[in-house]
Amino acid sequence: MIELFQQYGLAYLFSDGSGLSGVAMTLWLFIISVVLGFGLSIPLALARVSEHFWLRWPVEVYTYLFRGTPLYIQLLICYTGLYSLEVVQDNALLNQFFRNALNCTLLAFVLNTCAYTVEIFAGAIRNIPHGEIEAARAYGLHGWRLNLFVIVPAALRRALPAYSNEMILMLHATSLAFTATVADILKVARDANAETFLTFQAFGIAALLYMLLSFALVGLFRLAERRWMRFLVPTRG
Amino acid sequence: MNQSAQALAAYPMDIPVGKTATAAIKLQVEGIHKRYGEHEVLKGVSLNARQGDVISLIGASGSGKSTMLRCINFLEQPDAGVITLDGISIEMQPGRAGTRAPHQAQLQNLRTRLAMVFQHFNLWSHMTVLENITMAPRRVLNVSAAEAEKRARLYLDKVGLPSRVADQYPAFLSGGQQQRVAIARALAMEPEIILFDEPTSALDPELVGEVLKVIQTLAEEGRTMLMVTHEMGFARQVSSQVLFLHQGRVEEHGGAEILDHPTSERLQQFLSNRLK
Repeated sequence: MIELFQQYGLAYLFSDGSGLSGVAMTLWLFIISVVLGFGLSIPLALARVSEHFWLRWPVEVYTYLFRGTPLYIQLLICYTGLYSLEVVQDNALLNQFFRNALNCTLLAFVLNTCAYTVEIFAGAIRNIPHGEIEAARAYGLHGWRLNLFVIVPAALRRALPAYSNEMILMLHATSLAFTATVADILKVARDANAETFLTFQAFGIAALLYMLLSFALVGLFRLAERRWMRFLVPTRG
Repeated sequence: MNQSAQALAAYPMDIPVGKTATAAIKLQVEGIHKRYGEHEVLKGVSLNARQGDVISLIGASGSGKSTMLRCINFLEQPDAGVITLDGISIEMQPGRAGTRAPHQAQLQNLRTRLAMVFQHFNLWSHMTVLENITMAPRRVLNVSAAEAEKRARLYLDKVGLPSRVADQYPAFLSGGQQQRVAIARALAMEPEIILFDEPTSALDPELVGEVLKVIQTLAEEGRTMLMVTHEMGFARQVSSQVLFLHQGRVEEHGGAEILDHPTSERLQQFLSNRLK
């Protein structure tokens, strides 16, 4: 395993000679997906719990579609399906965007994690005690101020445990990127396996790397929970 | 001097200063109606508050007293009636689905001038005590962070809480402390009128006193307050007006003396049914 890592270490961690690969690529996929997914999910979650049908309904359809189908199929549609459409090929901008495998992969990942995150945040918004929102209204907060200063901060804190789970699932889901020729950790492992037939070692290293990333993520969330969830009643020690 | 003359002579002295009949009417509430489906909770309730008035709304559960208070700052939309603050009435506009909705800008203005203290405190649980008190002054009144914090510490002190609670979260405080934080939150808005919705009903009996003491101090300062309460002894002590509501109507209205000398049969019944 050590010899294999000596040979492919750089590719596993950082670069395969033609660009980012391995851990660096996996982290890139992961960070872009969750950052964009997070940013989009907040307004969408507010729309999801809106009392206006025309705000709520499109978001409901979106999350239903993306939570109702496997990520792999979403990736295939983004990567190969859309490009086979004439509309996409004829439009210069779309053509350029969808010809890049990384773009297609990121699009699928962002839309997927965003759909799950919307539901997590929308659930957290519904769980804010009604009296707290009423108090905010009684003190003159309304519209975007009510959302920005009371509802969103209250919901994000309550959503932290569920959201950290979604982040870990998303990290592991990035391993599908190899199917679109993106050189993430798993792609490097498959290449190493194909060239050396050291199957156990090649995938073992990949598993270890994913595990380390997950531990780091869990640790970060533990810190975040300690900071932002202190307000909860002191039941746990 | 006979007994009744003594009793009569005692009352005017109990009434705090600042609510002479000559003071201008601060808040006028006229003919509030509210119905939930078939059930009409309020059937035309009115009241007038002058500067410095402490008005207690009393009555049995379901008499509509909390709903009345909540209609005043439109946490409930009244079906009919007019709210007038300093001579300016809140305009009602047709809202969605045939309801009436108050004019937005007027409503927001009204809400910054009336602060509310809730039965269940309704502090923002994810914010520290300090953040709870500075939130509305900063984000609604656009007071600077430093000024808001100065106010917060001033009013925390006023409600008798040590400054170290400022950085704690509400869940770590007792009910009495939480309600006093809620009162500090109301005071930090420097409101013209404070609405108290059963401020001690959710408290353990031994914590009621500390909250009532704070409210009494505010009454003595001449603040204008409307209070829904079950504490008859307290109402008698601080009120300049008492409204007794029964089935959505004002059954009896007068000074605090009506609690000792009720004229209506309903109020007599209501008072005799409870321990004093």
